[in-house]
Amino acid sequence: MKPEIRKKAVRGLAAVMIMTVAAVGFAGCGSGSASSGSSGSSGGNADVVIAGSTSVQPLSEALAKTYMKDHSGVDIEVQGGGSGQAVKSLKSNIATIGALSRDLDDSEKSSVSKTYTIAKDGVAVIVNSNVNVDDLTLAQLQKIYTGKITNWSKVGGDDAKIAVVSREEGSGTREAFTTKTGVLANDKDNTTKDAIVQSSTGAVNKTVKSTPNSIGYVSLASVSSDVKTVKVEGVSPSESTVLDGTYKIQRPFLYAVTDKANSATRAFIKYVMSDAGQKQVKKNGFIPVNKTEQ
Amino acid sequence: MNTREKAIEKLIFICAAVSVAAVALITIFIFAQGMPAIQRVGLFRFVFGTTWSPTNGSYGILPLIAGSMAVTLGALVIGIPTGLGCAVFLSEVVTKRQAGFFRSAIELLAGIPSVVYGFFGLAIIVPLVRGLAGAVAPDAGATGLSVLSGAIILAIMILPTIVSISVNSIESVPNAYREASYALGADRRETVTKVILPAARSGIFSSIILGMGRAIGETMAVLLITGNVAVVPHSIFAPTATMTGTIAMEMSYAAPDHQQALFAIGIVLFVIIVILNGFAQVVMRRFGGAAA
Repeated sequence: MKPEIRKKAVRGLAAVMIMTVAAVGFAGCGSGSASSGSSGSSGGNADVVIAGSTSVQPLSEALAKTYMKDHSGVDIEVQGGGSGQAVKSLKSNIATIGALSRDLDDSEKSSVSKTYTIAKDGVAVIVNSNVNVDDLTLAQLQKIYTGKITNWSKVGGDDAKIAVVSREEGSGTREAFTTKTGVLANDKDNTTKDAIVQSSTGAVNKTVKSTPNSIGYVSLASVSSDVKTVKVEGVSPSESTVLDGTYKIQRPFLYAVTDKANSATRAFIKYVMSDAGQKQVKKNGFIPVNKTEQ
Repeated sequence: MNTREKAIEKLIFICAAVSVAAVALITIFIFAQGMPAIQRVGLFRFVFGTTWSPTNGSYGILPLIAGSMAVTLGALVIGIPTGLGCAVFLSEVVTKRQAGFFRSAIELLAGIPSVVYGFFGLAIIVPLVRGLAGAVAPDAGATGLSVLSGAIILAIMILPTIVSISVNSIESVPNAYREASYALGADRRETVTKVILPAARSGIFSSIILGMGRAIGETMAVLLITGNVAVVPHSIFAPTATMTGTIAMEMSYAAPDHQQALFAIGIVLFVIIVILNGFAQVVMRRFGGAAA
């Protein structure tokens, strides 16, 4: 009896696999021919193409996934590249939405017809629990991260060497932190060479937790409970202080579009700004900007 | 019968061809992607430059090469004696049955994902090394994220490779060698060090080279515990960055120039490994004993 069941299960599994492969194959052909027939929509064969900031990318992917579940005919493609690529991709018609994790600069403003702030994110400064400093100014953070202050006693703490923990080059969190604190000046990232570099939020949390006298920074959404969060300029980071602008190390997540945006793009942005879309924003750990949702 | 054999022959040929094609494609791909960066920066400045700071336009990978070498060397210094001792113990000291238990435990080590090693290292090894550094060299490194931590974790990771291949080659030393050695009045230690290990050296060498290859190519574990500071390490307690770790860490959002530079690191790594393999083959041909 039992082997027979197993045999059936195996056969069923095999059938499912074959069907999946076939379906994927056909879907590939289908979309290929559809794209060659469709006109006007920019960026390959997807209806909506989002390109730009890698910090926004996971959120865009989550939003696209839930949107496509309800709108089966719509195909949304999400690409990275960094905030700098957002407007460039819009201009060269590679993308229909440019995603940025910073405000537009003056040269970019002219090529964009409308921007939507879809969410906000704060970057929290965390220290090991043995550090008895509760509040740092932006200027102090700049000096710590550029290596000008190397001892906690200079900022009101004990006499101990500061262990600086940073994110890797190219990280959006690093970009936001270094820009807002002035560590990045004139397009040059002056983060001290002695800084330990960890490549993920989890690793920064873990390193700061386990290393005495260490300081690090992570996205507000992912601060772990066993590290200490310090105030910046007297303000502790939270949803409300980020929204009212009093917490300084924060960044907006923007979607930028041109006036050529197709109807699928407009409909998707409408969904993102709606209550349902903003609920997804919150679910992904970012701060929704739609006040009615809170 | 004959046609079936022919068909199987063809099938095996295709398998072989696929693996050769894979190596060729990977090689072509890395070189095509990375060469522009080397040409732009200049080979000498790329390999011997001491500043790796891609967002500021400095592409010098000497600190990364030094970091990879340092952790690999450290892993071998710790791993070879441990692995060889373990192999001798398993093949010469305990009974087959007891050895079976130890061997399956060691082989289990090979199945643990490297990210798990990394988090284990971050939680256990790094604090231990931090304590040691605080006692021995207080100025060198305050965090414990260091060459030594990386070397210890890598040593554990290459143990299964060194042990299992060495055990196989020691076991394939003919029993007559042992009997002859004992018959000449040699004791057990002399038999192992003067007869068995020399007879099994070819297999032992290849186990070390394979272990070294694994150590230099390991990415995830060292990424988590070496601190990724692109400076030539001045002490075993100093943090460092490896070539593989830097590629993995920065690839996901690198700008085009930066990305090419990361592929160029891949070329350097590739060349190093080819040299290493070539060296290993020469060594094995020269010292290759009868066994294994």
